Amino acid sequence: MTATLERPSVPVKNKRPPITPARAALHVFLVLTCLVTLAPLLWAVYASLRTYDDTSVNGYFSIAKSLTLDNFAKAWEIGNLPHFYWNTFLITIPALIITLLLSSMVAFGVSRFSFKFNLLLLMVFTAGNLLPQQVIVTPLWRLYRLIELPAWMSASESLIDSALGVILIHIAFQMGFCTFVLSNYMKTIPYELTEAARVDGASVFRQYWQLTLPLCRPVLAALATLEFTWIYNDFLWALVLIQDGDKMPVTSALQNLRGTFFTDNNLIAAGSLLVALPTLVVFFVLQRQFVGGLTLGSTKG
Amino acid sequence: MTALQEKPKAVAPVGPPPRRRGKRATALAGTDKLVLGLMLGIPTIVHLMFVWVPTLGSIALSFSRWNGIGGFEDIEWIGVGNYVEIFTEYPRFWPAVQHNLIWLAFLLVVPTCAGLLLAVLLDRELKFSRIYQSALYMPMVLSLALIGFIWQLIYTPDGGLLNSLLGLSDNPVDWIGDSDINLYAVLVAAAWRHTGYIMLLYLAGLKSVDPALKEAAALDGASATQTFFRVTFPVMKPVNIVVAVVTVIEALRAFDIVYVINKGRNGLELLSVLVTDNIIGEASRIGRGSAVAVILLTISLGVIIPYLYQTFSKENRT
Repeated sequence: MTATLERPSVPVKNKRPPITPARAALHVFLVLTCLVTLAPLLWAVYASLRTYDDTSVNGYFSIAKSLTLDNFAKAWEIGNLPHFYWNTFLITIPALIITLLLSSMVAFGVSRFSFKFNLLLLMVFTAGNLLPQQVIVTPLWRLYRLIELPAWMSASESLIDSALGVILIHIAFQMGFCTFVLSNYMKTIPYELTEAARVDGASVFRQYWQLTLPLCRPVLAALATLEFTWIYNDFLWALVLIQDGDKMPVTSALQNLRGTFFTDNNLIAAGSLLVALPTLVVFFVLQRQFVGGLTLGSTKG
Repeated sequence: MTALQEKPKAVAPVGPPPRRRGKRATALAGTDKLVLGLMLGIPTIVHLMFVWVPTLGSIALSFSRWNGIGGFEDIEWIGVGNYVEIFTEYPRFWPAVQHNLIWLAFLLVVPTCAGLLLAVLLDRELKFSRIYQSALYMPMVLSLALIGFIWQLIYTPDGGLLNSLLGLSDNPVDWIGDSDINLYAVLVAAAWRHTGYIMLLYLAGLKSVDPALKEAAALDGASATQTFFRVTFPVMKPVNIVVAVVTVIEALRAFDIVYVINKGRNGLELLSVLVTDNIIGEASRIGRGSAVAVILLTISLGVIIPYLYQTFSKENRT
């Protein structure tokens, strides 16, 4: 505690190495690299702020006459973005919660109890998550047409063309990664903790829900951040499993946007940025969780 | 069809879950057994049903001729006919294989080297390090579909950024439309996103390397370069394996970006496109598409199995 308190006061200034030419060169190189990395996005922002008349006369590579937010308003309205954001929300949130719930259950079972098939189970989940989606997609598409649902759950009366179908494949597919990461984490929780709870007569479910899950909060937060971006960014599942353009999530609906106004690049830029916005916000607010989740999945494995 | 065959397999883990081994799972009461069985069983069934059953379905369907729309009674079993046709006649197959290989080689070389270099540069006490990292990670949160849209603003022949910067406005290069170069144009965009991820993995890897190793090497008179290539890099073997697996899988999965740009035609054919074309494109040949899917599966198992072996054999020992 005292160590962390002392740090900012004196030693930091002494600790920082003196500025040498090599170090200055390093900074110049890194700044340039960052600018090149950010350039495509900044270019899109610049294009989105200009009017169609301006760019069609002067080209994109010119000083803007005026900057306006009109394109965003237009994309919002013409692209019917609120509707598609809502579709995405209806898919992403349930898929995210159920994925974390189910995979934490498996991870709990596998890491706290020793069965013969523990390792096999973990391998199946891990391998499943690494498969290219195209390996699965054709039979899945056909399977979805076979599974019948009551009309109140899906207008098509099958899993195809319904949000439920997309949610299900996200859960099944993403569970692999989450189970892998969570079981690695749960193995680091001292076994004596659950042992003590068991001796005190806590049921298996209480050991899971009241003891193990609260300890996993940091990983769960990291995984939630990651899974939000991944499910939000999904393009393929929705493209294949949803045929009614009206039910598409926002990422796949971008496809429709372009069809509507093919020539107006400024509008497309504005639309793309609006679609990117939620993930960018999540990234900037929860960057630590995002990075942490990805490293958790790799270094321990 | 395959779904029926596979069901017993899917249910199997639910049956005997609380098999007692050793002293750990001793006092499991009846309800606890049931709860644990459900906790493990339900997720496993969901996973097997929607991931592994369709995978086996792809294998089965690859031996058939079927349009996918009619009932199962329309399926005509034709043995390895689809594979023979793909290898000998299907005009889009070999270009797709070539493009996937170029994709893989490009990702293995460019983002891996760039990511490793940036990680090494950032792995030190450095002012603004957090800001640099944020900027370099940022493309990672964008979807590849979105990246396809954003990069088209750069590549477009009329007034695009690239042609303007290169001074080619009068004689514009069609970066996306020219089938000789569009693959590389798209790969630059894909690498743009992949580099941040690789950098993140290597940064974590570098942090986990024991500093004592580097000090020992320095004491023995090794230069910084020697220390890196002879000590640090070999010690990071687990990270290198993860990077390799992630890159291969990413190269096999590549789809969104080419589909957004031109639906995977005219120089941008990929194996993934050949599969998807049979359900959302004009072609409706489930058998041939499934055979391509099985080829994808075979290649991906080539990295998945060694990865599993590496990951879980270590676990067995501890």
